[in-house]
Parts: sequence; structure tokens; C-alpha cells
Amino acid sequence: MSFLKNKVERIDQYLSDHPRIKFVLPQALLFAFLILIVGYFSFNASTNLEARGIDTGFSFLNKKASFDIQFSLIEFDSSMTYGRAYLVGLLNTILVSVIGILFATILGFIFGILRLSSNPLASGLATSYIEFFRNISLLLQIFFWYFTVLRFLPQTENSIVLFDSIYANIKGVYFPKFVWTNLSFLIYGLIFTFVSIYFFNIYARKLRENTGKILPQFLISLGILIILPTLVVFIFGVGVEFSHPKLEIKMGIANYIGGSSIIPEFLALAFALSIYTSTFIAENVRAGILGIDKGQKEAAASIGLTNAQVLRLVVIPQALRIIIPPTTNQYLNLTKNSSLAAAIAYPDIVLVFAGTALMQTGRAIEIVTITMLTYLTLSISISIFMNWYNKKVSLTER
Amino acid sequence: MKNIMKAIGSLSVLAFVLTACGDGGGAKKTTSTLDTTKSQGFVKCGVSQGVPGFSNADASGNWTGIDVDVCRAVAAAVLGDASKVKYTGLSAKERFTALQAGEIDILSRNTTWTLERDASIGLTFVGVNFYDGQGFMVRKSTGLKSVNDFKNGVKVCTNLGTTTELNMADFFKSKGVKYEPVVFEKADEVVQAYDAGRCDTYTTDKSALAAQSTKMKDPTEHVVLPETISKEPLGPVVRQGDSKWEDVVRWSLNVFIEAEEYGVNSGNIDSMKESKNPAIQRIVGAEGTKNGEALGLDNQWSYRIIKQIGNYGESYKRNLADTNIMPERGPNQLWTKGGILYVPPVR
Repeated sequence: MSFLKNKVERIDQYLSDHPRIKFVLPQALLFAFLILIVGYFSFNASTNLEARGIDTGFSFLNKKASFDIQFSLIEFDSSMTYGRAYLVGLLNTILVSVIGILFATILGFIFGILRLSSNPLASGLATSYIEFFRNISLLLQIFFWYFTVLRFLPQTENSIVLFDSIYANIKGVYFPKFVWTNLSFLIYGLIFTFVSIYFFNIYARKLRENTGKILPQFLISLGILIILPTLVVFIFGVGVEFSHPKLEIKMGIANYIGGSSIIPEFLALAFALSIYTSTFIAENVRAGILGIDKGQKEAAASIGLTNAQVLRLVVIPQALRIIIPPTTNQYLNLTKNSSLAAAIAYPDIVLVFAGTALMQTGRAIEIVTITMLTYLTLSISISIFMNWYNKKVSLTER
Repeated sequence: MKNIMKAIGSLSVLAFVLTACGDGGGAKKTTSTLDTTKSQGFVKCGVSQGVPGFSNADASGNWTGIDVDVCRAVAAAVLGDASKVKYTGLSAKERFTALQAGEIDILSRNTTWTLERDASIGLTFVGVNFYDGQGFMVRKSTGLKSVNDFKNGVKVCTNLGTTTELNMADFFKSKGVKYEPVVFEKADEVVQAYDAGRCDTYTTDKSALAAQSTKMKDPTEHVVLPETISKEPLGPVVRQGDSKWEDVVRWSLNVFIEAEEYGVNSGNIDSMKESKNPAIQRIVGAEGTKNGEALGLDNQWSYRIIKQIGNYGESYKRNLADTNIMPERGPNQLWTKGGILYVPPVR
């Protein structure tokens, strides 16, 4: 016993002499312990799965999927692989999230600013909008749009017609498809236009800082934006034609063929996600604007800036610093909430991959893991982007 | 020093516990579901969330249907009382995981027997209690007469995670028709979507089409097209590797069907005890027959099934014919009467 005690004392002595090792050792042990736990659970899962005769592994991703997907941004049919089906689901999730974020931000800014309006009608309207949609569960709102609003659109034969070319019915919204000629020239032209505008603004700023001369930057930029693409269209003969959807009634079944379309499942999900999230963003916007000291506006006015300039040059840049961090959270929420798509048959990653593919292959652990890692990656990407943007607008101390 | 000793001590205890668990869990488990069922006193049965005629709960929570009768037969055989069943309503997506995880012990939920399911997800199909096939339902107003009349752009409603989803992909591909699948997780949502006009046609097993049409606003407005595009043998499923339990479920189903073949039913089974026919004697569990022992049951197991539930024909009549869901037995008639219902002999 005294021999053991002696040994331990020597180890202790050694550690006190080497503080670096003493610092690292507990953390290394903790890390090894975590690895052990994860290893144990994976080992346990794999032996039990094997004992029950359940196939495991990721090889199924290369197997033929044998099912079809209602709506896809890339080409897909039943002869393609489960891996491809995953990609289709992922792109559909990203599509509805991006559209949702875009409209949630626009609506959020509009209603956030309106709520601060001195006009009681405008602020009352914004307040009721925010309080109403913020306090109803998102799933219910999705059901509301899908089962109540969109299900009551007319049947195909009696579609609602807008501008003679957009048809809305219970099966979706059908509109003309753009068929371009020489589209590539227009794209190059637009790129050139934006680059020109960018350099013009740099030039105008330099001129202002060096000579104090102020150019009408906005008007000139707008001018470039209109004139350059128009020139390109005429010189290179860029043309566009519309391919209209046509109502075909064959064997008593009516459908619009051709053109482009949006499925009602997408519309319901996008509506619900944008409106629900916009209420939270509106509150962030309101908080951001109210967070700017009144003195800032008064000081700006006292040096002769117009009202619009006060808002654009003084209030908004400072408010953004308050608005962006909580709004990042809302973007993350929206992306994760898009998984509620599975409730209304929108083919997102949960419905296609964690639904159909899981059922057809039985690879529950693998598929759920991939799906979780996918959401994790999406969320982290949004965070990284928003943190970068936040840093860009944050206070630069010189 | 104390801290290090503590850390090392707790780590080694933990490692020991973990290895101990690793040995105990999983592979070496040998208790049969038959024994656990006897000791817990009820059969854990997974059924649908409501398919009239197959498994459907009424307002007071009583389950009926021919899939339900399979579980009741097992309860009668093993526990002596057909009512000792605990039902779990499952969606198509949940069903296999529930069985794998042991949440249920029999899955009797109009499930199609396929190679992929039998071989790769750790489950075993014990037999067929309904021969079905996939069909299409359309509105009568379309005047459609055949599945060959479907044209590009047709919208098709169906259930997520079923063989239906695969069959229709094969079918439309072979016909060269571009279609749009609209898939929902719950059967009720599919029916609702088709009924509202979101889809032009609704596809699933023909029996389910007939059963679900009762839920529509006006069932007479719809018609099932004559063609059958797939084979769908539906039957009960158990976990792989538990042959005792598998045998009990398989032979409960077989005796249920064979009783009809020999004319034994819930009404005449007591008088049938006097029968001189050895096959009938085995079904009614007369003196000297010992087929229950081989299954780990007593010799009255088959008597109780027929006495409490009736034979397959009675179950069919009660659940599918009298309710007007599938009045014609079609392939589900006995082989002696022109159907394909044929089970190995109970002997």
C-alpha cells in the first residue's frame, strides 16, 4: 500500500513540475471519455441491428430510388438514385427557406416601420397584424393556408384568370414560361452594368471626399441600370417569348400543360413561413429603430440633412446593428420550421428523404443522421453569413 | 492527488459498466415473445389508423376488421381470450420501426409482402390474409374507363412510404406518361386531397380504395378502374429470429382459414367435436390431438380461435361483405371454391 502511495505521490510531484501536462491531462481524459461513450453507442447499435437482421450502411445512396417526386428543381425520375432524391429534397428545402427569408424580411421591415408610424390607422393595422400572426402556432397557419384558403380555389376548368395569362386553381398556379433567345448576352450585359455602377459609386465617393462635390449618385446609377441593358437588348437581339400554359381536357381530366407552375403545397408553406416569421422580424426592426438615441436624429437634422438622409445615413446604419443578431435567429428558425412541409405534402428533405426514402430502404439511423447533419450545416452556413454581415455593419472604431 | 485517483477510479467503473451492458444487451437475448406475451397478459398489435373493414376503431374504441381478427386469434390461442389485445394505430411510415423496436409484437396492418421488406429490415411475413392489388379511383364524371387513358400531367394522390408509391412509378414509366405524385403521410389526408380535387386520381390497394371511398363526401361519384397494376399480398408481420412466436402467429392464421375449408364455424364447433373426420378433430382440439404442444400452447388453442372469432369466412362476411366494402371475395375465396386461399394443413 505504501508502495502505491509512493507511486501516486511521485506522479503528483511530476505533474506539479509540469503545469502544461497538468492542464491538458483532465481535458484529454474527458475527451477520451466522450469518444468512449459515442463508440459504445455506435457499437451497441450496430451489434443489435446485426442481431435483428437489419441491413446497415450508406450504400443505399447509390441504389435506384424507384419513386417519383412531385416537384423538383433538378431533373429527377424513378430511375435515378436515392442520393439524387436527397439532393432534390435538399434543394426544395433551400428554395422554400430562401423565398421565406426574403419575404419575411420585406414584410418584417414594412410592418416594423409601420408600427412606429404616427398615423394611428397604419400603426394599428401593423400592431394587429403582428399580434395576430405571432400568437398562432405555425403548423395551424400552414393548415389554414393549405386546407382552408388554397383548397377553396376553383377546379381546373373554372380557374381564376389574371392578366389573361396566369391561371390559379386547386392544383396550383400556372403562368407563362419565359423562352429567351440570346439570353447569355443579356446576362453578360447585366454583369457589366452592375460592375459599372459599382465603380461609378466608388468614383463619386472619392470625388466627394476630395473635392466636396456631390453627384446625384442614385439617379446616375438608375440611368446606367436602364440604359446599358436596353442597349444590349437592341444590339445583340435579345428576345423573349412566352410559352403559355394551355388547358387540355383529355378523357374528362382537365390540366394545364406547358408554361411554368407553382404547386399549392409550396405556396401554403411559403405564405405561412414568411408571415409568421415576419412578425418577429418586425418587432426586431421596431426595437432597432427605438434603440437609436433621439439626440442622433436631432444632431443629424442640425447639420442640415434632410429627413430621408437622416433615416438612410444615420438611423438605419445604427439600427441594423441592433436588428441583425436577433434576425439571424429568425432566419434559422424559418429554415428549421420549413420541415413542417411534411404535414402538407411539399417534397422537402423531410418528406422525400426522411419519409419516402427511409420507408423504402428501412435505413432509419443512417437517414435520420444525414438529415440532422444537413439541417446543422444549413443553420451554420446561415449563421456564418449573418455574422459576417453583422461584422460589416458593426461600429468600426478607429 | 485525490482528484486524479477519483478520475481514474470513476473512469474504470464506467468502463466496466459499459462493457457489462455491451455483453447483456442485444444479441444474447433469448426470451421469446411468446413467453413475454403470456406473462404480460395481452398481445401488442400494430394496426392502421383507420381502414374500414381491415382495422378501424368505433367511437368507443373497439377495433374491428379482418386485420384486427388476426391479432384477436393470437390472443385467443395464447391467452384464452380474444379481447386481450392492446392496439396501436400506426401510419405507414411508423409501422416497421414500431415492430423493430418492440413497441408492438404483431404488425397486422394491410402490409404488402415483398422481398426487400422480408430480407433487409429484420422482419418476417408469416402468411397472407388478404390478396390485393393496386388500383386507381377516378371521378365518374370523367367517363374514364381504363388506366390506359391517363395522359401527361395527371395528378395522383397516394400514401407516403408504401409499395403504392413504387408501383405507380413503374406503371407510369412503362406507359410513358408524365404524372405528378402528391404524397401524404396520413390516409385521411390523401382521401381529403383527392375528394377536394387536388388530384385527378387516387391510387392504393383496391380494398383500401373501396374502404376509403366510404369517407368521401359522395361515395357514389367515384369509380374504381378495372385494371390491377400490381400484386399486393397483405399479411401479418413479426420480428425475424423468434421462430416460436412466428409459428404461433402463422398457425393461428392458418387454422383460422382451414376451419372455413372444413366447414367449422363459431356456431357449429361444439357439435363438430363429435366429427369422425381427423382433420376436423385436429381443428376442434378433440381428445388425443396434440398439435398445441408443438407450438408451446395447450390443445384447445384452435378451438378458442374459432369459438371466439369464427373462421375466415365469417370474419370476411362480418367485416367486408356485410359492410359492403368488398362484397365479392374474388381471389380471397377458398381454393376449393375457385379462389387462391390455400393454407398448409394444420396437423
